[in-house]
Amino acid sequence: MHRGLKLWNVRPPKFGAPARMSVFLLRRCLTLLATLVGASLIIFLVLDALPGNAAQMLMGADASPDAVRALTVKLGLDQPLALRYLHWLRGLVVGDLGNSYAYGTPVAELIRERLAMTIPLAILAMLLTTVLALAAGIYTAAHHNRLGDVGVMSLTQIGIALPNFWFAILLILLFAVKLQWLSAGGFPGWEDGIWPGLRSLLLPAVALAVVQAAILARVTRSAVLDVLREDFVRTARAKGLTKREVLWQHVLRNAMIPVLTVMGLQFANLLAGTIVIENVFYLPGLGRLIFQSIANRDLIVVRNCVMLLAGMVIIVNFVVDVLYAVIDPRIKVHEL
Amino acid sequence: MVGALLCLLVLGAALLSLVWTPWSAYEIDVAAKLRPPSAAHWLGTDVLGRDIVSLLLVGARATILVGIIAVGIGLTCGVCLGLIAAAQRGWTEELIMRFSDFTFAFPAVLSAIMLAAVIGPGMVTSITAIGIFQIPVLVRVTRGSAGAIWAREFILAARAAGKGRVRITIEHVLPNILSILIVQATIQFALAILAEAALSYLGLGTQPPQPSWGRMLNDAQTLLFQSPSLAVYPGAAIALAVLGLNLLGDGLRDLLDPRLARQR
Repeated sequence: MHRGLKLWNVRPPKFGAPARMSVFLLRRCLTLLATLVGASLIIFLVLDALPGNAAQMLMGADASPDAVRALTVKLGLDQPLALRYLHWLRGLVVGDLGNSYAYGTPVAELIRERLAMTIPLAILAMLLTTVLALAAGIYTAAHHNRLGDVGVMSLTQIGIALPNFWFAILLILLFAVKLQWLSAGGFPGWEDGIWPGLRSLLLPAVALAVVQAAILARVTRSAVLDVLREDFVRTARAKGLTKREVLWQHVLRNAMIPVLTVMGLQFANLLAGTIVIENVFYLPGLGRLIFQSIANRDLIVVRNCVMLLAGMVIIVNFVVDVLYAVIDPRIKVHEL
Repeated sequence: MVGALLCLLVLGAALLSLVWTPWSAYEIDVAAKLRPPSAAHWLGTDVLGRDIVSLLLVGARATILVGIIAVGIGLTCGVCLGLIAAAQRGWTEELIMRFSDFTFAFPAVLSAIMLAAVIGPGMVTSITAIGIFQIPVLVRVTRGSAGAIWAREFILAARAAGKGRVRITIEHVLPNILSILIVQATIQFALAILAEAALSYLGLGTQPPQPSWGRMLNDAQTLLFQSPSLAVYPGAAIALAVLGLNLLGDGLRDLLDPRLARQR
């Protein structure tokens, strides 16, 4: 991991760098596109490999063959597979996802309603994760091998082992059942103002954040410790900066790359965790929508929700990849 | 050390459940429902009158079974692909790495949702989903460590001696990265247990009447106000198993890491 001097402001001469950067970006964008198309293809194939006809399943086993046929035509399920796939792909681009089999309302609208809860939850959880992890990571690195370090690190070891939904249940036990400070679940919506909504998202966000933060804190700690061993830290101390100044002005910036990587990787876990946690707290988010749709055999909703989640993970990882190159031009572009 | 003990404890519980449980984990006795802990039922009974200790013991079995098969799938596919990527380089490597990036976009819960919509929930669904979710990490770890071995001089010597890529991979690369893979497999096992618990909690994994820790938590949640302690034991069991595996992984790393071994 030793990459020599790591002074933030010292950059290598950039001969030909802009050209290489744009080639890199172009290549990355093409891969992004290919990955998204690949994901859509897999999702479409898996969900359309469903044994039996979706129309038959919606109407039940005792429906008349004529009615089933009529519904098949109405839903467009009589068209060839390739045509349906292309139709869906076009819909994804223009934002027309078709109508839900079960509710008859546009799928895009259903998803938008649910995202109004899921996205704030994910953001809140990510914020809490970052704050907790950076605080714990920097504190333990600064107090390396002292009591505080050992204590916090043992806590993170336990945090990593906790299933987030169990931690959520424990939080409900403590704050809703014993202390009765917060409700055990449900979501009032954003109509009554921001506060009641945030209040009901607090426990879910904490449940999601604590477990993720435990992992991120360990990464932050080791990244900061790595940078603290660098020569330029000694130089900065020698020129008279205090430990605190060195930490905040030089070390943190340089330690951010591995932290950012892991944050990008954690995003997939966060989304998966959101689905689980929404079920613990009975929150009407994307996760609940997916489970209702599976129960209703509403495959068009399942397909679009899964695509949305997979797409978000793919795009976030793309952004992290590009950010590396922007943050640290010394990372050789062709190595990415 | 503590890690190994905890792992043995869970493994022992699963093995014990094969030959003996204090009560039957399947027999329903509604008259004895929600009993507090007593001499007969050490941790009490659940809403169907089943003994909690017996359920926990049998639940360990489901967890370990799903974990072993899923990690097995992940190891087989992941290590093979990683070794091929490291040996072939070029566009084969590029293709495999893109494929693993791509698989990464499907966390276990997401693949399990898709599979549950198609083939229905159950152990097969959860094993497949968790197996798929293990592949990308193992591909990356294998490729990374195998790539480092391929750059060493003794590989050059082996090539000069006329050995082919396959033989070098099997005779020289694999034995040298085995310790890294063992450590990683331990950590993956812990992740698989967490994923299995989440899936069976959501009702996508192990189905009743087969007891599983995640399922027990789901049942307990509906009774949170009447008997909160029901929600504590299964979660604690999961956390202990995962903690044990993580500590075991750390311990193995210290034991097997060649750099540390050389210092000694």
